[in-house]
Amino acid sequence: MSTAVIHTPAEGAAEPRTTYLNAGHTLKSWLLTLDHKRIGILYLLGVSFFFLIGGIYATLIRLELLTPQGDLVTAQTYNKLFTQHGIMMTFFFLIPSIPAVFGNFLLPIMIGAKDVAFPRLNLLSWYIYMTGALFASYAMFAGGVDTGWTFYPPYSTNYANTYVIATGLGIFIVGFSSILTGLNFIVTIHTMRAPGMTWYRLPLFVWAQYATSLIQVLGTPVLAITLLLVALERTVGVGIFDPRLGGDPVLFQHLFWFYSHPAVYIMVLPAMGVVSEIIATFSRKPIFGYKFVAFSSLAIAVFGFLVWGHHMFTSSQSVYAGMIFSLISYAVAIPSAIKVFNWTATMYRGSISYDSPMLYAMGFIGLFLIGGLTGLFLAALGLDVHVHDTYFVVAHFHYVMVGGSLLAYLGAMHYWWPKMTGRLYPEGWARFAALVVFVGFNLTFFPQFILGYLGMPRRYYTYVPEFQLLHVLSSVGASILAVGLILPAIYLLWSLKRGPIAPADPWMATGLEWRTSSPPPPENFERTPVVTWNAYEFRSKEETEVIGPMGKPDVSERK
Amino acid sequence: MAQSEATAQHSVVHHPALAHHFENLEQQREASTLGMWIFLITEIMFFGGLFLAYSIYRSWYPQVFAEASHHLDIVLGGINTVVLITSSLTMALAVYYSQVGNQRKLILFLVLTLLLGLTFLGIKVVEYSHKFHDGLIPGVHFRYDGPNPQQAQIFFWLYFAMTGLHALHMIIGAGILSFLIYFAWRGRYSPEYHSPVEVSGLYWHFVDIVWIFLFPLLYLVGFHVKG
Ligand code: HEM
Ligand SMILES: [Cu+2]
Repeated sequence: MSTAVIHTPAEGAAEPRTTYLNAGHTLKSWLLTLDHKRIGILYLLGVSFFFLIGGIYATLIRLELLTPQGDLVTAQTYNKLFTQHGIMMTFFFLIPSIPAVFGNFLLPIMIGAKDVAFPRLNLLSWYIYMTGALFASYAMFAGGVDTGWTFYPPYSTNYANTYVIATGLGIFIVGFSSILTGLNFIVTIHTMRAPGMTWYRLPLFVWAQYATSLIQVLGTPVLAITLLLVALERTVGVGIFDPRLGGDPVLFQHLFWFYSHPAVYIMVLPAMGVVSEIIATFSRKPIFGYKFVAFSSLAIAVFGFLVWGHHMFTSSQSVYAGMIFSLISYAVAIPSAIKVFNWTATMYRGSISYDSPMLYAMGFIGLFLIGGLTGLFLAALGLDVHVHDTYFVVAHFHYVMVGGSLLAYLGAMHYWWPKMTGRLYPEGWARFAALVVFVGFNLTFFPQFILGYLGMPRRYYTYVPEFQLLHVLSSVGASILAVGLILPAIYLLWSLKRGPIAPADPWMATGLEWRTSSPPPPENFERTPVVTWNAYEFRSKEETEVIGPMGKPDVSERK
Repeated sequence: MAQSEATAQHSVVHHPALAHHFENLEQQREASTLGMWIFLITEIMFFGGLFLAYSIYRSWYPQVFAEASHHLDIVLGGINTVVLITSSLTMALAVYYSQVGNQRKLILFLVLTLLLGLTFLGIKVVEYSHKFHDGLIPGVHFRYDGPNPQQAQIFFWLYFAMTGLHALHMIIGAGILSFLIYFAWRGRYSPEYHSPVEVSGLYWHFVDIVWIFLFPLLYLVGFHVKG
């Protein structure tokens, strides 16, 4: 592993440096903080909690599916389990995960700003997130909801006897935190860049966040109004989605997927940004085709809004609409493929080191490839009629969401952990855990492709005995995956106290975040940095003249 | 973006309204204006869901919508349209006087805008209570003697959802105006620092524009399609 070349042990050992972590110790200094880094940490706590809850649901689901009969839970409980699992994982974990944790922490530092443009809104967004989470948790403890995370009427509006409104309200509220984050990032990127930080010098993570924010800002309000309509329909029964009263349930599907397809890119674009950072750093090469990768993020954001109908091939949507949606869905794969090609080209002849973040990033590329290609199978109108609502779809989206986004989230966690905490974690354990996650993940979800192709429908708690072997494999894989996820939780927490002190730049990386100390001071840099280099300009020691006297420098240590 | 001269300037003039993380007031103003524009885009998408539902059901049931829209009060709606357009004018003047630093006129036009906004809301209350008396509130007590009462109910449903959401924005706008009036009275705004007034102006105009769409779509359908 590449260790820091030069790390000046803090000159005044007697007088400890002020960092964002020790700038205040009271609970109030955390709960009322306006520092984007602390808000990132607050989000980290929130999303980790809901990831745990979502994981518990997943465990129960996989346990039930060990046998063909329903012997652990009733059908009704099972419906609640997969619904709560989906809601917790999408709305309360995956959507906020990378943007709200790493975006918040890193984006201002990466562009050389002191904070995001609207620090108060940023803090507000966390409180909104927690309020939404409160409603959803209330619903969860009061009895749960069983409509599926998709809330299709007429079941959700007329028949479901569960806590649809409270959950919907929770998601409605949490949407505003997503909107605020997106709004904040767009304005921050436009107006807060340090001198010399031109658009084409931005790290690709920032470009990806920008594209994500566009989707958050444009899509989330539509979800909000849709959920509001469901709640009204349920309470007052006005008939907007009710054919008996002249309404149309398919309108709901259009509105829902108009948000929820772009939302899958809210989940995967930031992950792609993370992967670009990691691949460049650990190949020690600038990203191949920087502008292509940057603009492919924007292209995904734009095209992502035009393909929602591929979730509705089997609804009453017109066949011609279906054909067009199918074609555009193929088009949206092009920018994703561009990224994969460019990452591969970056690694080609790079000087690759296999540190744990890189293992996650490479895992991402492989698994996202499978997830994306099976997405194309599904986007083929004829084939989808066969596999729609089967485990094939379940496997597809877990390949992109877990194999893609979650792996990138873990990669980001390892890559920036030294920066965020000022501590190094045990690299050997980290590599081992990455391997366990990879194996466990594939064992869990690959059999589901086969299951789905053979006709196992999703959302059923019993199945024909022929499917048992594949289901057992999947459950075994899930327990391995769980081990792979618990391991980092343990050694990362351990490193907080016992880990070696991290240097400013443990990876010899290029971004501005590595040019300030670990953990950064409250204002990120002692003085506003002036950027004179491009992103991913790996240079050896002659960097010295530009930034500081001590080789790989720490701008904030330079007075 | 923040240039190096700006950095230098930073230490020289430090306006009390300048937040710590901005280099200068210009950057701060740019950020808040852009922020408001983006917020307004989210608002368009939010209202967009309802406009979509409106378009679909109106194209499915044109006759019923035309019929039902005759139950709305064009005179009151028309007066409200004039009231709102006038309030946009007074708001624009308020922004202008904040830019040139005329505090008395700024307060005057903010107060006028607020009064016009409240007038709008008052008239809306009168209209809603008429609908209530006529039994036109969708739900279990909905009474409608024309043909296709269920489809008409969708019309009224959209009417209440869209104008209700709009009224909610007006109420928020009135709250914002009260704040502005208070701070203007305290003398906080100056030609160097008036972005709150400017940004609130954007919001106010947006809310007006929504009404400019709502009025013909809801009140004037009957004139398009002969019922
Ligand atoms: C390469 C681009 C992609 C294409 C062409 C694609 C295509 C599709 C299609 C056609 C379906 C509907 C299948 C059905 O219900 O019959 C689907 C479902 C789904 N996809 Fe993708 N997909 C792509 C990428 C992604 C990504 C990146 C994510 C998430 C990060 C994602 C998440 C999902 C989810 C969650 C569902 C299931 C929704 C549900 O019914 O519950 N997809 N995808
Ligand atoms: Cu989709």
